[in-house]
Amino acid sequence: MFRLRRSILRFFRSHPAFTIGATLSPSAFWLLAFTMIPMGIVVYYSFMTRGPWGTIVFEFSLDSYRQVFDPLFLKIMARSFKLAALTVVICLASGYLIAYWIAFYGGRRKNLLLFLVILPFWTSYLVRIYAWMTLLSDHGLINTFLTNWGLIDQPLPLLHNQYSVLVGLVYTYLPFMILPLYASLDRLDRSVLEAASDLGATARERFFKVTVPLTKGGILSGSVLVFAPSMGEFLVPELLGGAKAMMVGKFIALKFIGLRHWPLGSAYSLLLLAVILVLIYLYMRAGGGKDAYQERQ
Amino acid sequence: MNRASPRLLSIGCGAVYLFMYLPLLVLVVYSFTPTEYGVAWEGFTLKWYVAVFNNKYIQDALKVSLMIAIPTVVISTAIGTMTAFALYRYKFVGRALYQGALYVPLVMPDLVIGISLLLFYTSISLDLGILTILLAHISFSIPLTTLVIIARMQRIDRTLEDAAMDLGADEWTTMWKVTLPQLMPGILAAALLTFPWSFNDFVITFFVSGVGSSTLPLRVYSMIRLGVSPMVNALGTMIIVAPLIIVIIGVYFDRRSVS
Repeated sequence: MFRLRRSILRFFRSHPAFTIGATLSPSAFWLLAFTMIPMGIVVYYSFMTRGPWGTIVFEFSLDSYRQVFDPLFLKIMARSFKLAALTVVICLASGYLIAYWIAFYGGRRKNLLLFLVILPFWTSYLVRIYAWMTLLSDHGLINTFLTNWGLIDQPLPLLHNQYSVLVGLVYTYLPFMILPLYASLDRLDRSVLEAASDLGATARERFFKVTVPLTKGGILSGSVLVFAPSMGEFLVPELLGGAKAMMVGKFIALKFIGLRHWPLGSAYSLLLLAVILVLIYLYMRAGGGKDAYQERQ
Repeated sequence: MNRASPRLLSIGCGAVYLFMYLPLLVLVVYSFTPTEYGVAWEGFTLKWYVAVFNNKYIQDALKVSLMIAIPTVVISTAIGTMTAFALYRYKFVGRALYQGALYVPLVMPDLVIGISLLLFYTSISLDLGILTILLAHISFSIPLTTLVIIARMQRIDRTLEDAAMDLGADEWTTMWKVTLPQLMPGILAAALLTFPWSFNDFVITFFVSGVGSSTLPLRVYSMIRLGVSPMVNALGTMIIVAPLIIVIIGVYFDRRSVS
């Protein structure tokens, strides 16, 4: 028994490539079978066409890509882009506030405050979005309060518009912005800030000319981490949006489930993915993930 | 910075924290109110919780969710440990590329992952059900477990392994008696963080589930679609609170592994 073990170990020792292969094979299998091949199939389907009753005609065609220029799709794509960009702006403003406060004034409670930011991330995202329905619906908390106080007669249409979608997106992805911002702000060299003050910079100058450039990495990472999932979001427009706040994620899902138009849905998915990948590429080129002083090193 | 600004900052932060927690608080309060849309406090009731416990569909959905989440945790943690080990220990050609490819699902929209898996399962004629959900969950959990365990690996003391080998232990003994015990808190943290990750997933599961394989989030979704009932508040409260307890235990182990 012991001898067998020794010879097995000797084999592994003399064949490092085999050892690496054996250790990586399960994740490689999953990566290949459940990420790469499915994506390949999406690409394949995007070149097919739809037959009657949702069947697929297996014949090469560029039909789906021609329909990418459908004005309705372009309009929805533009709206999704706008909502995702607005989400980034709002998350950046409020996230910077929180991250700055925790990093500079958190004191002993730093870890607890940070934990409270991460906590919602581990709870059900569906239930958290649903919670906003209970606040914003016609019979929800806000409308009932306003009616009871006699401020309004008719419930305000708070749900099913672009604003409710925006609230849902900010609410869902805010932690994604705060964490990288905090990481950047926390390792910011405080003596640089003191130097700026000593050299006569006002608080405002110090913030915009020193703090913000030095946390560029966190700002970029946070923006990508918020933008990418917001752009392709499905559940928020599904529950909080209506026909007027259609986003590309819901639009694609409708193509798949409602209309069973798989080739077109595939082409649209790839276009969505392309927009996100281009963005990540631009982010890498802008020196994403690194703060200004790390770049110099 | 002048003296007024920290206070101003604190108020702003208080508002953001309120924004993050108020909806959940309202949900919890609603789950204990007797009437459907009660804003005035009309008394305390547990009847919605009783209704949740007696609902057969919810019981079935919970069973399905656990049948998926538990194997997902075990398998993806094991695979994550192996992957982290290979990526951290060995230098090989294409290592950075492999690591990059592994993290690709983390930046892909869930919708695209769900759709690609749906097309894949249909292409290989695999019937949608618990198995297809399980395979999908393992797939999106591996990047997470690998990430957590690699982070932990960077902190363990390599010299202890060298010492064990110098003292005559072979790789097998070193692995089980030195490396894994040091890595254990990280592995445990990965497992406990994967559980809510799998248990709460909605979008990907939505696309790869079939008839009779509704997980708890899918059940909640169809209840929401049918109309907002206070039962959803009670169920939602339980769904939020139960995994939180597991995460808090996970964070506790994660903290201990640092010290």
